[in-house]
Amino acid sequence: MAAIEISGVRKVFRNATSGDELVSLEGIDLAVASNDFLCLLGPSGCGKSTLLNMIAGFETPSAGTVAVDGQAVSSPGADRGMVFQQPTLMPWLPVWENVAFHLRLKGASRRARREAAATYIDMVGLTGFADHYPAQLSGGMSQRVGIARALLMNPRVILMDEPFGALDEQTKMEMQTELVRIWEHHRGTIVFVTHGIDEALTLGTHIAVMSARPGRIKALLPVDLPRPRDVTSPRFNDYKRHLLSLLRGEEAGSLPASLAVPA
Amino acid sequence: MFRSNGRRALRILVPLGLLAAWEAFSRAGFLPRNLLPPPSAVLYAWADWIFGFNHSAGSDSGTWLMDASASGMRVFTGFTLAAVTGIMAGIAIGWSRVAEASMEPTLQMLRPIPPVSWIPLAVIWFGIANKPAIFLVFLGAFFPILMNTIHGVRTVDANLVRAGAMMGGREHQLLRFIVFPAALPSIFAGLRIGIGSAWMLTVTAEMIAVKNGLGYVLWDSYNFFRYDLVLAAMASIGLLGYASDLAVKALMTATLHWQQSTTVQGRQG
Ligand SMILES: Nc1ncnc2c1ncn2[C@@H]1O[C@H](COP(=O)(O)OP(=O)(O)OP(=O)(O)O)[C@@H](O)[C@H]1O
Ligand SMILES: [Mg+2]
Repeated sequence: MAAIEISGVRKVFRNATSGDELVSLEGIDLAVASNDFLCLLGPSGCGKSTLLNMIAGFETPSAGTVAVDGQAVSSPGADRGMVFQQPTLMPWLPVWENVAFHLRLKGASRRARREAAATYIDMVGLTGFADHYPAQLSGGMSQRVGIARALLMNPRVILMDEPFGALDEQTKMEMQTELVRIWEHHRGTIVFVTHGIDEALTLGTHIAVMSARPGRIKALLPVDLPRPRDVTSPRFNDYKRHLLSLLRGEEAGSLPASLAVPA
Repeated sequence: MFRSNGRRALRILVPLGLLAAWEAFSRAGFLPRNLLPPPSAVLYAWADWIFGFNHSAGSDSGTWLMDASASGMRVFTGFTLAAVTGIMAGIAIGWSRVAEASMEPTLQMLRPIPPVSWIPLAVIWFGIANKPAIFLVFLGAFFPILMNTIHGVRTVDANLVRAGAMMGGREHQLLRFIVFPAALPSIFAGLRIGIGSAWMLTVTAEMIAVKNGLGYVLWDSYNFFRYDLVLAAMASIGLLGYASDLAVKALMTATLHWQQSTTVQGRQG
C-alpha cells in the first residue's frame, strides 16, 4: 500500500471580495510509496504548497481524495511531521523544549522530554545547543531544530515546504547532505517541495514535475543516481536537461534512453 | 561606564533639584505658606502620619500603613480580578469568532464609558465600603488588559499554531501552550496600563465612596485645609503607583526573559 495516495484532486480558491475563482490544482493523481523521497518541483504559484498543505490537513480538496496510510486526511495530526519554510519555533522555549513539544502535548514528564530531545538534537548535529533559545540560533540551526522536532514524532510521513529556501548556498548543501543521511538512517517517507532543480536531483528518489495555471503534475520521474549524488556527473546533467525542458513546457516526450531506468 | 553612572546620577539629581527649588520658592513667601507648604513641612506631616509621634497630622496620625494597605488591597483585588477576566475574555474573543460576535459589541460599547461615571451606581449597588472601589478599579484595569490581550491573540503567528496542530495539539492545548505564551508580550503591555488606571481609580473612589485609604485622607485633609497632608497623600500615591508598576515590570522581565536576546541583538529568527 502506498504511503500517500492522491487521486483526482482539484483545488479552487474563491476570492472573497471579487468572487473570482482560481483553479490552483487540477487532476492531481499521485501515489508515493513507503520510504520514497518525493520532490515536488515546479515554478512559483503552481500549487506545490497547496498540495502539501492538503496532505498536512490544512487545506481540503475541492474534489478528489488525499489519503495517508489508507486513511483519508481530514485534519492536521501527529502521524505526519511538517517542516515549514520559516522555522516556526516557539521563541519562548529553549531548543530542547521545542524539539520535545509533541511530548509536552502528550503530557510526558520533563525528564522524558529532555531525554528524547537529546537524541534528536544529536541526530541533527546540534549537540550542546539544547538550552539555547531560538533567537540565539542561525537560520540553518533553526531549521535543524525544525527537522529534529518532526523526527521526534516518528511520523510515517514528513512534509517539507522549501525548508532550505532561506539559507545560503553553502548551508543549504550541508543541510541537504544531512537530510539524506538522516533519511537513509531513519527511513520513512518524505515529500519535499522545492523549486530548485539541483536540490530535487540531489535529494529525491522521485521527482514530480508540476506546471502552473492550473497546477498539474506533468511528469513523475524516478531518479536513478548513486548516492552521494555528484552534481557534476554527466548523468546528473542529463537529468537536469530533461527536467529543464519539462519545466520550460517543451513536450519532452519520453525519457532519453540514457536515463531509462533498468527494469 | 561613565555614561551609565551619569544617567544613574541624573535619576536622583533631577528630583532632588526640583525639591530644592520648590523648598526655596515656598520659603520665599510669594504665596501664603499654607497654600504651598515646602517639602520639609510635607515630610514632617507625612512622618507623623506614618509614625504618629506628635499628632501633628491630627486624626490621621500614625494611620498611614492602614491607609496605604487599604488602598493597596483595593488595587490588588480589583487589578487581579481584571487581569484574570480580561485575559480570559481577551483570549476567547481573539480566538473564537463566536465569542467575538457574542461579546465584543457589548464590551466595545461599555468601554468608552469613563469608569468614574459608574460611581453613583457602584454606591447604590455596593454601599460605601471596599466593594465600590474594587469595582471601579476592576473597570479601569479590565479594558486595557482586554484590548491588549485581543490584539496579542490576533497577531499570533498562524504558523506557530499550525505547527502545534501538526504535532497533535488539540484546541485547548494550542491555546494554553502556544496562543497564550505568544500573546504574553501584548498582555503585559495591557497589565502595565491597567495597574496605572487601577491606582487612579482607587483614589477617585476613596474620595467619594469610601471612608478610608489614601484618597480619603487626601480629600479629608483638603476639607480641613491641611495642604501638607494633601501633598503627602499625593506623594504616597505616586510612590506606591510607581512601586506597583515596577513589580509588574519585574514580573514581565522574568516571564519574557526569552524576548531580550531578540530585541537587544535585533536578530531575525
Ligand atoms: N488561501 C488562498 N486563497 C486564495 N488563493 C490561494 C490561496 N493559497 C494559494 N492560493 C493561490 O493558489 C496558487 C498556488 O499557490 P501555492 O502557494 O500552492 O504555490 P506554490 O507552488 O507553493 O508557490 P511558491 O513556490 O511561490 O511557494 C497561487 O496562484 C495562489 O495565489
Ligand atoms: Mg509555496
